[in-house]
Amino acid sequence: MKPRIRVGAGSAWWGDRIEPAALNAKQGNLDYLCFETMAEATISAAQVRARRDPTFPGYDTYLDDRMQAVLPACLERGTKIISNQGWINPEGAAQRIVHWLREFGARGVKVAAISGSLITERALELTDTILENGKPTSSLRENLVSAEVYLGAEPIVAALQQGANIVVSGRVADPSIFMAPMMFEFGWDALDHMRLGRGNGIGHLMECGAQVTGGYFADPGFKDVPDPWNFAFPIAEVEPDGNATLSKVAGTGGAINLMTVKEQLLYEVHDPANYITPDVVVDFTTAQLEQAGPDRVRVTNLSGKPRTPTLKVSIGCTEGFIGEDMFFYAGPGALRRAQLAKKILEERFKIVKLQAEEVRIDFLGLNAIHGAMSPQNQPEPYEIAVRVAARCKTREEAVKVGREVDGMAVSGIGMTGKRVPHQDRTREIIGVWSSLVPREKIKPTIQFFES
Amino acid sequence: MRVLLQHVAHARSGDKGNTSNISVIAYDPELYPYLKEQLTAERFKAFYSGVVTGAVNRYVIDHLWAMNFVAQGALGGGVSRSLCLDNYGKSLSARVLAFELDIPDDLRSRLRGLSELKN
Repeated sequence: MKPRIRVGAGSAWWGDRIEPAALNAKQGNLDYLCFETMAEATISAAQVRARRDPTFPGYDTYLDDRMQAVLPACLERGTKIISNQGWINPEGAAQRIVHWLREFGARGVKVAAISGSLITERALELTDTILENGKPTSSLRENLVSAEVYLGAEPIVAALQQGANIVVSGRVADPSIFMAPMMFEFGWDALDHMRLGRGNGIGHLMECGAQVTGGYFADPGFKDVPDPWNFAFPIAEVEPDGNATLSKVAGTGGAINLMTVKEQLLYEVHDPANYITPDVVVDFTTAQLEQAGPDRVRVTNLSGKPRTPTLKVSIGCTEGFIGEDMFFYAGPGALRRAQLAKKILEERFKIVKLQAEEVRIDFLGLNAIHGAMSPQNQPEPYEIAVRVAARCKTREEAVKVGREVDGMAVSGIGMTGKRVPHQDRTREIIGVWSSLVPREKIKPTIQFFES
Repeated sequence: MRVLLQHVAHARSGDKGNTSNISVIAYDPELYPYLKEQLTAERFKAFYSGVVTGAVNRYVIDHLWAMNFVAQGALGGGVSRSLCLDNYGKSLSARVLAFELDIPDDLRSRLRGLSELKN
């Protein structure tokens, strides 16, 4: 058994930067490079796109960019890759990766595709209750686009055991992507909740990439971060007992310190003693953190509790459309003109009989971000954007928002700044609901491809 | 002395569905007890009134000088349904920086951002 393994992050979401992944591949001396590329609605959005665009292959649209950036260095170092870039087509992603392996002259490299998280057709028979509102999941039948189970690390471990050099999956819980190499290398049992709690906790710290190395953190004069234009993605040096040290490639910007680690420890966590993942229930409250050197934080004593008998299911539904646009005022009296513009829009929406579930007209610069909790009696800003949004059942209704903002050009009030309507000002809403499915009902499958 | 929370603690928000969690972490262990005593779940909810529509639960990890506020009904129905420009609520954590706290004068040197301090 190796005395430790080096697991690096390659992405924290679909739109993440690619250079830090290439840097980790080239200079991270990694045993594993792990990519997380999904948000809650990614799968559903991919399903909608696939229906409308037959040329969409159904995997991460940056798959080519990411693989081209990291494969040569990973092949040279022998770094294995774990990735959830498969979205709704893991087999297609695996075949595309094989294409790039061949382009780079690599032969005999095994790529595993993990499927089985998509349960759209069976979702309503496998699930009962919507967690958010207690209603039956059958109430979602009409608008259901996609349903997927959050898989754990086990199928990835199985693929590694069968010799995979690269594993690409559909939906897998984010921390599990990072923990799978630990289970495989150190022979952790899937029911060893103490070690899995540690491994999943480390995975949680890694899955948002730069958010633990200085990203989403800097606040000048309070929390200063060196060279915040040059962040690295984190590297975990993990030991067989699941304790680990977080680090990053030397010479990069950013910081790894107790503050960045604590913020990330609690990021998107509710009860920190009971963070439920497919593999284990993580307890972050026992964590010991220690600054072990510059940009090195040692994380020990995380713990875990036995996994739950169920897996989480995400159910995406089409729920209508949002129409949105904005226009601008500046100079003395910007606010009084913005207020009149708001009144005009409200009257216009009555005249055109806008059917909306909710309408929101904000003054960007005053109250568009913090809404009703913004302080009253602020000084008038020099510039204000009037930003209007409405949530509607149909695209025809949502379009009215942009059309009424168009009217503000020559039929509005004095000194209105406006953009040319060069973009689609409506977007489809894919609402995400959650439910649970008995663990034993889900059987992931692994398919191998070779370059 | 009465100071804004930004001198005492740092914060980060995350989203899950229609729930936002906002961690508030003291800069210094000497400051943490004052933070924990004064920033209760009830005061937090009141300070976010108008945006947070549901229950607020507070979880504490004393040895990390950290508290986690879990605010339901904070994201306008959820990321994809929200009409707020910041639909993930990434900037919601900044609100708590304006919460006012009483801190003993002799802890002044433990505060962050002293050049921004008004008194």
